[in-house]
Amino acid sequence: MSWLFENFDLVARLTLNHVALSVIPIVLGFVIALVLGWTANRWLLFRSWIIAGGSILYTIPSLPLFVILPYILGTRITDERNIIIALTIYALAILIRTVADAFAAVPTDAIEASRAIGYSSWNRFWHVEFPLAGPVLLAGLRVVSASTIALVSVGAIIGSENLGYLFTNGKQRDFLELILIGIGASFLIALVFDIVLVLLGRLLMPWNRRTSLITNGRRVLATRGAE
Amino acid sequence: MQFFLDAFRWLTDPANYVLGSVSPLPIQARIGEHLWYTFVSVLIATLIALPLGLFIGHTGRGRQFVIGFTGAMRALPTLGLLMALFLIVGATVPFTQAAFVASIIALVILAIPSILAGGYAGVESVDPQTVDSGRAIGMTEMQILLRIEIPLSLPLIIAGIRAATLQVIATTVIASYISLGGLGAIISSGIGLNDNERILGGAILVTALALVVDGFLAILQRLTTRRGSSQDRTKKQNVRRRSHGSTAVAVTAVDERKEYVQSKN
Repeated sequence: MSWLFENFDLVARLTLNHVALSVIPIVLGFVIALVLGWTANRWLLFRSWIIAGGSILYTIPSLPLFVILPYILGTRITDERNIIIALTIYALAILIRTVADAFAAVPTDAIEASRAIGYSSWNRFWHVEFPLAGPVLLAGLRVVSASTIALVSVGAIIGSENLGYLFTNGKQRDFLELILIGIGASFLIALVFDIVLVLLGRLLMPWNRRTSLITNGRRVLATRGAE
Repeated sequence: MQFFLDAFRWLTDPANYVLGSVSPLPIQARIGEHLWYTFVSVLIATLIALPLGLFIGHTGRGRQFVIGFTGAMRALPTLGLLMALFLIVGATVPFTQAAFVASIIALVILAIPSILAGGYAGVESVDPQTVDSGRAIGMTEMQILLRIEIPLSLPLIIAGIRAATLQVIATTVIASYISLGGLGAIISSGIGLNDNERILGGAILVTALALVVDGFLAILQRLTTRRGSSQDRTKKQNVRRRSHGSTAVAVTAVDERKEYVQSKN
């Protein structure tokens, strides 16, 4: 543990960068998925296209995507934008299906009722569909949050400075403690993110049954799979 | 675009398909390695996780464990797991085998949650009335499992194996950093040599491999789905019918049975 105390600054810096690299894709992926998922439901014609597109994107392994993107975007291979964009693509791929299913499960009665009392479609989205789809969206976000944070570390292979650096460096120096500290810190970030999401859910959806920290999976979601 | 044309030329260059050219194995040998590592890991993981998943699904005991376990595993950084195992295994196993043993252990660990959840979710998705009718005509619990639950849950079981396979193919690429072979070795040697064609060619090969294997398993999954089975029905129900409000679907938000793991690499 002495290594940790002596190099606390390094670990703190890597952790902060790790957080930054995870937050952007999670938020960006969620916003884009919201638009696409809603579109998928509104126009059923697009539904199978959008969902199939998402599942194909998801199939691309991460390291290859990290190294292919620079050639498409014209960025340098060590540019962190590659990682952010790749992780956004994955977040999107996981969430599209969830978002589409969440909006599909909003009871038609509620939608017809809101239409009958004169909601515009913009208001209906924010006041009826979005809140009712909320719990499923939250469950999807928790999955994406955990997997994005775990995935950021792969970026260390192409030179990104995040907790994954402790893995590559620890391997080179044959220094197990370094790797274990990295795994621990990564888990810790995932845990904090999860708690924040759950608390946010309670704050924004007080009417909802309390989402317990442990039983996330109950309502989730296998975005892909049984089609 | 030029890069992609170069990569394509690299891929079609016959010189890369003969021994001694590609660091040091030809492309088809790398594909073979990749498939072999994937097959071995998924097979071992299935042997461990599937019986456990079926047991949990059949008895209903330990479902909290599955949910908690699969959730936590999602947050495990694969690169860290690989490197940690490499150092731990390397301390006991001769260096030449350390990469293989450590990688296979890591890949098995990563494949287990999806397969476990697939087995559990599959059995759980079988209509309880069907199970009860089996019991009523005098089937033993084992017969119920083998003749009713497993056949009906095959699509979900395969879905779990499919998710696991994808995860393993992706992680095997990363395992080239602890000097495992496979297609990842092409990418990492390309990065080492600063050879764009090789990096991109390798990346395209892995992506194609993942898509083909995934497509194959998707077909298998579809073939095992029986007409009128619960999976078939929910799919149709999920589509909202706007015009007649009374037929609105009462299925729970997202089918909670299909909750196998989504972990990504």
